[in-house]
Amino acid sequence: MNKPTTNRAGHPLDPYLRAERMPHIWCSGCGLGLVVNCFLRGLIQSRLALDKVVVVSGIGCAGRAAGYINLDSFHTTHGRAIPFATGLKLANPELKVVVISGDGDLTAIGGNHLIHAARRNADLTVLCINNFIYGMTGGQGGPTTPLTARTTTSVGGNIDQPFNIPYLAAASGAAYVARWTTAQVVRLQKSITEALLKNGFGLIEIITPCPTYYGRMNKQRTGLEQMKYYRDNSIIKSGIDPKHAGIEFNGPIIVGRFVD
Amino acid sequence: MKKDEVRPDSRQVVIIAERCKECGFCIEFCPKHIIVKSTEINSKGYHPVRLNDEAQCTRCDICGMICPDFAICVVDIGEQQEIRGQS
Repeated sequence: MNKPTTNRAGHPLDPYLRAERMPHIWCSGCGLGLVVNCFLRGLIQSRLALDKVVVVSGIGCAGRAAGYINLDSFHTTHGRAIPFATGLKLANPELKVVVISGDGDLTAIGGNHLIHAARRNADLTVLCINNFIYGMTGGQGGPTTPLTARTTTSVGGNIDQPFNIPYLAAASGAAYVARWTTAQVVRLQKSITEALLKNGFGLIEIITPCPTYYGRMNKQRTGLEQMKYYRDNSIIKSGIDPKHAGIEFNGPIIVGRFVD
Repeated sequence: MKKDEVRPDSRQVVIIAERCKECGFCIEFCPKHIIVKSTEINSKGYHPVRLNDEAQCTRCDICGMICPDFAICVVDIGEQQEIRGQS
């Protein structure tokens, strides 16, 4: 593997990061840095040639991931990460294109693109980072906010059913579908390696803490409390139909590899 | 063979204090519970973590995987001699 030789600082992952931008802008207790950490470790495990890997991200807190990873990266317009990534893949078929973006970007504004990329089985790896809320714009409720959860725009409790992202992707024809929370770091890392080495559309939903908006309004004031909740309430059921993996407010979270 | 002799001594936990944001993930998820908050303050105003009892550390690298801020990790000192000064 061709390891980048620039910036030699303290952390072993620093050659893969734009280390001059560290410490990053994400809040204390946010799980996005953890996802980038697991992605880089999974990428190293997969032994892909790094000059053939491109990271595409949309808008939102998670969209900043492309700016921190020291690979060819692309920060696109809101919701359009998957169309840009599909274009990259079609024009340069030898590239490995990874989309790292949030739930609001991928399932709300770019929801149609997600469905159709899965339908066409575009050869992309999508990391959908789900924090249940629009974090960057002030904590508004989104399509993944669980029923009865409080947000800035639903102070009396959300009245809509959330999306079940693995079910949506599997029903649209994705080749690899998994869901993990940030509390299962080792499994998440292995799953990212598997998805990177898989041909076809791979989607991993990663449930992360957002202490600043979601946690603060739902009696989990710190990222650590949310991490403990994910650790204690995750049930690993690999191979089940993702239809039965819905997310309920303060209920158990079913994680695992659903489609492979 | 004594217990001490099988411990891999070339691997060591390195903490980059300037990056730590005091989220507490490593403190909670360390299997041996040997990471604690220190009393010093970094330039962003957080109390970075420190190792309480290094002899108990098994170098499992859970702290390195769970850290969202790339502030703590297990490194092989034999390979990366230059980072010792920053720990």
